[in-house]
Amino acid sequence: MNPVDPNRGRSSAPSIPKDPTPLALVALAVCGLVVLAAWWVLLGLERILERNQLGGTLLDAALVGVGLLPLLLLVPVLRSLRAAGQARAGLALKDLITARVKTAESREWAQYAIGYGAAVLLVFLGVQFLLANDGAVGATFFRLELIRSSFGLVLQAFWKNVWMFCVAEVFILVWGLVIAVARMIPGRAGQPIRFLATLYTDVFRGLPTIISIYLIALGLPLANVPVVRDWPPEWLAILALTISYGAYVAEVYRAGLDSIHPSQWSAARSLGLSFGQTLRFVIIPQAVRRIIPPLLNDFIALQKDTALVNVVGVIDGFNQAKIIASNKFNLSAVTTVALLFMLITIPQTRFVDRLLEQEKRRTRG
Amino acid sequence: MSFLEIRDVHKRYGDFEVLKGVNLKVEQHQVVCLIGASGCGKSTLLRCINGLEAISAGEIRLEGDRITGPGVDLDRLRRKVGIVFQSFNLFPHMSVLQNVTLAPVQVLRMSRAEAEARAMELLRRIGLEAKAKAYPDQLSGGQQQRVAIVRALAMDPQLLLLDEITSALDPELVSEVLSLLRELAAEGMTMVLATHEMSFAREVASKVCFLYQGVVHEEGPPEQIFGNPQQERTRAFLSKIIEAGRL
Ligand SMILES: Nc1ncnc2c1ncn2[C@@H]1O[C@H](COP(=O)(O)OP(=O)(O)OP(=O)(O)O)[C@@H](O)[C@H]1O
Ligand SMILES: [Mg+2]
Repeated sequence: MNPVDPNRGRSSAPSIPKDPTPLALVALAVCGLVVLAAWWVLLGLERILERNQLGGTLLDAALVGVGLLPLLLLVPVLRSLRAAGQARAGLALKDLITARVKTAESREWAQYAIGYGAAVLLVFLGVQFLLANDGAVGATFFRLELIRSSFGLVLQAFWKNVWMFCVAEVFILVWGLVIAVARMIPGRAGQPIRFLATLYTDVFRGLPTIISIYLIALGLPLANVPVVRDWPPEWLAILALTISYGAYVAEVYRAGLDSIHPSQWSAARSLGLSFGQTLRFVIIPQAVRRIIPPLLNDFIALQKDTALVNVVGVIDGFNQAKIIASNKFNLSAVTTVALLFMLITIPQTRFVDRLLEQEKRRTRG
Repeated sequence: MSFLEIRDVHKRYGDFEVLKGVNLKVEQHQVVCLIGASGCGKSTLLRCINGLEAISAGEIRLEGDRITGPGVDLDRLRRKVGIVFQSFNLFPHMSVLQNVTLAPVQVLRMSRAEAEARAMELLRRIGLEAKAKAYPDQLSGGQQQRVAIVRALAMDPQLLLLDEITSALDPELVSEVLSLLRELAAEGMTMVLATHEMSFAREVASKVCFLYQGVVHEEGPPEQIFGNPQQERTRAFLSKIIEAGRL
C-alpha cells in the first residue's frame, strides 16, 4: 500500500460527480428494446388468434393497448435525461451541489426505467415461450375446450385430495402432540420413550414422503397386517401421511414450547402457579402463536403431497388429470389440477406470511 | 428465631458446587443486600430461597418452618415469598392488569373484581394506572420492572426477593425502580436483594453480605462493609467496584 498523502484522499475537496448521461442512454436503449419485443410478441399472438378465428376489432384494440403500455417506460427515461442535462448545466456553472443532486436524480430514474423494463421484457418473453411452435406450447398446457370439458371430472377427483388432507390434518394434530410430549418426558424413566420418539421423528423426517406412502400404503396390505389389510387405499394413504407428517408436526410443537424463555417458567412458578397452570396460562398461549405459522407451512406441504397418493392407485385429482392427459395427448387437464392446488395453497401461504409479519412486529415492538 | 434462616446451604450443579455452606439470617423488616462478583451465586441463592432450585444440603427456615427438602408445599411457600428477576418477568401475551391479577385469581382464588380493584390500587401507587390495559412491550424497561414488583406485591408476600432488577435498565430508568424499593423498605417490607447498585445498598440496606467462593465471606452493616471492610477479599472486590465508577 502506498502511504496516504495527507493533502489528498478522502479529506480533499468534494469530487466532481460522474456524468449520468450514459446510464440514461442505456435506459433509453432498454426501453426501445422492450417496445420492439412487445410488438414482435403481440404481432405473433395476433397471427395465431386470427388463424384460430379468434380475431376481432375488440381484441385487436386490446392488443394495441397492451403494446402501448411499454411506452410508459419513456416517462422515467425522459426524466433521467432531463436531470442529466441539468447536472451538466450545473457543472458548467461550477454549482457542485446542483450537479450532485441532479446526477443522483438522473441515476435513480434511469435505474428505475431499466428495472421495470427488464421485468416487462421477461413477461413478454414468457408469452413468447407459450406462443412458440405456432402456439403449440401454449396449446399443450392451455387448450381451453379441453379444460372446460374435463373440468367437472378433475374437480370431482380433486375433492378426494381435499377430503384426505382435512382428515389427515386432524389426525396429525393429535399424533404430533403425542410424539412431542413423548420427546419431552423428563427424568431417567422417560429415557427409553424419549429415545424411541426421537428415532421415529428422525426416520420419518429423513424419508421422502413418496417412499413412506409406498411402503405403508402398499406394504401393510401386502404383508397381510390384520385390520389394516382391509382398509381402502384412501385410508391407507391417510395413515401414511399421518405417520409421515406427524414427525414434522411433533418437531413444530416441540420447537414452539422450547422457544418460550425459561424465565417465563420461573416467573409463573414463583407466583405460586402450578405446573399445569403455568402451561395453560403462560406457556401454551405464547407457544401457540409461534406454532401456528410453521404448522400451516407443514399443512400446505401436506396438501400438495396428497398428489403423491396416485402411486398407490388412489384416483385423486392429479391421477384423474393424468388419465385424461394420456387419452388426449394434452396436458390441459393437469393444468386444471395445478391451478386448483394453487387456488387453495396460495391464500394460505399469504396468510402464513401475514402471521409471521405480525409476529415479527409484535416481538420487535 | 430469625424470620428467615439459611443454614449451611449447599447447591451443586453436577460436579460444580456453587454454594458451599451459606449461612444467613434475615429479621423481619430488614433489607439484606447480597453483593459479590458475577457468578458467585447470588441468583442461585435467591432461587433456592424461593424453591425454584432444590438445594443439595443444609436447610432454609421461614418463620421457623422448614421450607426446603422433602414434603414441602412449594406452591404454598411461593405465596409467601415473591421474586423479581433481572428481565423477562412479565408475561408478554397479557396486559399489565392481567399480569398482576393472574396469580391472585388462580392461586389465591380471589374474585376477579376484587383482584382487579387491588391491582388498580397498586398500579395507582406506582403511577401506572393508565397503563393497565397496555401490554408489556408497550412499556419502558423501568415501567416493566415496577409492574413486576407490583405483581409480586399483589400476592401479599412476607418476603420479597429481588435479583439485580435494575441491571438490565438504562441508567435514567434505574432511579424510578430504586425509589419504589426505597418506599417499600420504608414501609417495612422484608427484602433480600442481589444488586450491583452499591450506593443504593449503602443507603437502604440493614445488612450487606459479600458472597465469595460459595460462602458469605463477610457480612455487616453497610457502614462497615463499605467504609471499613474487615476482609482482604471484600476490600479487593470493592476497590474494583470503585474503579468501575459504581460507588
Ligand atoms: N442451571 C445451571 N446449571 C449449571 N450451572 C449453573 C446453573 N445456573 C447457574 N449456574 C452456575 O452457577 C454459578 C452462579 O450463578 P449465579 O447466576 O447464581 O451467579 P450470580 O452471582 O447471580 O451472577 P451475576 O451477578 O452474573 O448474576 C455460575 O457460575 C453459573 O455458571
Ligand atoms: Mg445473577
